[in-house]
Amino acid sequence: MSVTAPTHGSGHPHGVDQGKRDFLKLVTGSAAVIGVGAIAWPLIDSMNPSADVLALSSVEVDLTPVPEGQGITVAWRGKPIFVRHRTAKETKEAEDVKLSELIEPQPDSDRVKPGHSQWIVVIGICTHLGCIPLGNKPTDPRGDWGGWFCPCHGSQYDTSGRVRHGPAPLNLYLPPYAFESDSKIKIG
Amino acid sequence: MAGLHKSEFKNPVVNWIDTRMPVFTMMNKEYAVFPTPKNFNYFWNFGALATVTLMVMIATGIFLAMNYTPDSTMAFDSVERIMRDVNYGWLLRYAHANGASMFFIVVYIHIFRGLYYGSYKTPRELLWMIGVVILLLMMATAFMGYVLPWGQMSFWGATVITNLFSAFPLVGNAIVTWLWGGFAVGDPTLHRFFSLHYLLPFVLVGVVFFHVIALHITGSNNPLGIDVKSPQDTLPFHPYYTIKDSVGLCVFFMVWALFVFFAPNFFGDPDNYIPANPLQTPSEIVPEWYFLPYYAILRSVPNKLGGVCMMFGSILVLFVLPWLDTSPVRSAKFRPIYRGLFWVHVLACIALGFVGAHRPEGLWVVLGRVATTYYFLHFLVLLPIIGKLERPLPLPESISRPVVPRGGGPLPGGATAKPMEKP
Ligand code: HEM
Ligand code: FES
Repeated sequence: MSVTAPTHGSGHPHGVDQGKRDFLKLVTGSAAVIGVGAIAWPLIDSMNPSADVLALSSVEVDLTPVPEGQGITVAWRGKPIFVRHRTAKETKEAEDVKLSELIEPQPDSDRVKPGHSQWIVVIGICTHLGCIPLGNKPTDPRGDWGGWFCPCHGSQYDTSGRVRHGPAPLNLYLPPYAFESDSKIKIG
Repeated sequence: MAGLHKSEFKNPVVNWIDTRMPVFTMMNKEYAVFPTPKNFNYFWNFGALATVTLMVMIATGIFLAMNYTPDSTMAFDSVERIMRDVNYGWLLRYAHANGASMFFIVVYIHIFRGLYYGSYKTPRELLWMIGVVILLLMMATAFMGYVLPWGQMSFWGATVITNLFSAFPLVGNAIVTWLWGGFAVGDPTLHRFFSLHYLLPFVLVGVVFFHVIALHITGSNNPLGIDVKSPQDTLPFHPYYTIKDSVGLCVFFMVWALFVFFAPNFFGDPDNYIPANPLQTPSEIVPEWYFLPYYAILRSVPNKLGGVCMMFGSILVLFVLPWLDTSPVRSAKFRPIYRGLFWVHVLACIALGFVGAHRPEGLWVVLGRVATTYYFLHFLVLLPIIGKLERPLPLPESISRPVVPRGGGPLPGGATAKPMEKP
């Protein structure tokens, strides 16, 4: 404070131990900052997902009703998950693509589970700005690569969920999931 | 240049802002160099404690509101979800619920401090009256907050308190229906109480601001109750009282934490963990402890309208207190008779608190009536009379005199002993 020289009663105007005083200010100040931080943290953390929200974090999906060539959409943590049963032709197309043609190169084998390559499971959120691409219903447009087509700004994905046409920069994300049996997966 | 402020701050950014909007000069004047009587005791901490409590209540309240649902079918469950599922939700809720009790403890001590040291007397009448407005707003806020968890006490407390207004002739029932938004306490009531419970604390912030403006015009009272006569009687607010307030704040937070962590339901009523049931009243309805004295006054009067009027009157009388007390001497330290009566009055208030917590039967009724009578007698009869009869003790010449032995000069170690200056 530049203008606060008290005019009277200020204790010891001469011979102040400045080092000691600075040390006291530093310790007091840090204690106050730590205290306020400790009080602020519970407030901030209360805005993170709560236990009941986290408890909804896994779902099981029965694959038997999904015929070849079609897909279903399930909700996981409030997000759409696309589960698609690829035809042999679609799987082969996805596997045979030259990686150099891809915007985010990634082989199909990295995007499916071994032994279950007819199933592609992706998070159905366009990596551009978050719309849900079309293509999971038989009547939907699937774009030039037979996967998904985003109506918002025209991004297109192939049958492995890899982006083939912008503006989306990345392939559709994969959720964590595992096959519990040949006809059942657990997401999350 | 016309209108621009001549700032004395050296930092160029601060100076630039201060020239155009002298908030730095204002803060410096009001909170740093502000001349404050040098003889404060720890009772002068409680205004600062109340301000901090209000801020903590607003902070915890805003975060609670992010998870609370003001709907009669979901409110109770949403509070339970706050307790069990929301990260640190239990801490937010317990800090907020116990914070309301802490707030009232602090404010009641603050008020009795004012009564003891005569802080309501001229020229601080308006400051005092604004304080009474703060008390009323706090009570409204706390009452509506207590309804939000929608337990049995929430529901029946709301029913009983809103029904007080039915005592007024002719318009009473219309007022109550209007307050409820229906024909019983219900969903519309809960929604509006939540809206107002969110609003009123911010109104409080505004009224506290006026309280502080008034304070900084008259200056603080002090334990001797005599006016500041010279700069030797004062200290700059910073660092002397910022430090003294911080010490008190640390102790206060420890007390608050003690309740939050070790006895979080000490002030609460177990019945409020039963969801509201409009078809069954709990066997005993007790308001929160800070309303008990008023509740006791209400029940001490055998007439419905009379009881309601006396209850509101017990607070409204504080508005005219500056004109009821006829003694020009402020501090009870120099008023032997008033000092005795002050403690009788404190006892009466505590007694009323106990009466309010018990069924109105037997001795409790008698005690309630005696204490209620004294409460009003004290303000309406005794204070006007003893102000005239009492012989006050001789007042010290100045604040410095009794503080510094053979006083007058600055604190020991001060460079030069200046002669007494007139401010
Ligand atoms: C003057 C300051 C305040 C006082 C005296 C106060 C008082 C109270 C009280 C007594 C309760 C009931 C506690 C219980 O038994 O659970 C409560 C609950 C609540 N208050 Fe406040 N409050 C204040 C400020 C605020 C503010 C500013 C907000 C929101 C912005 C807020 C939001 C809530 C909510 C959401 C509840 C229900 C959750 C619960 O029951 O804990 N409060 N308040
Ligand atoms: S959000 Fe899908 S293309 Fe923009």
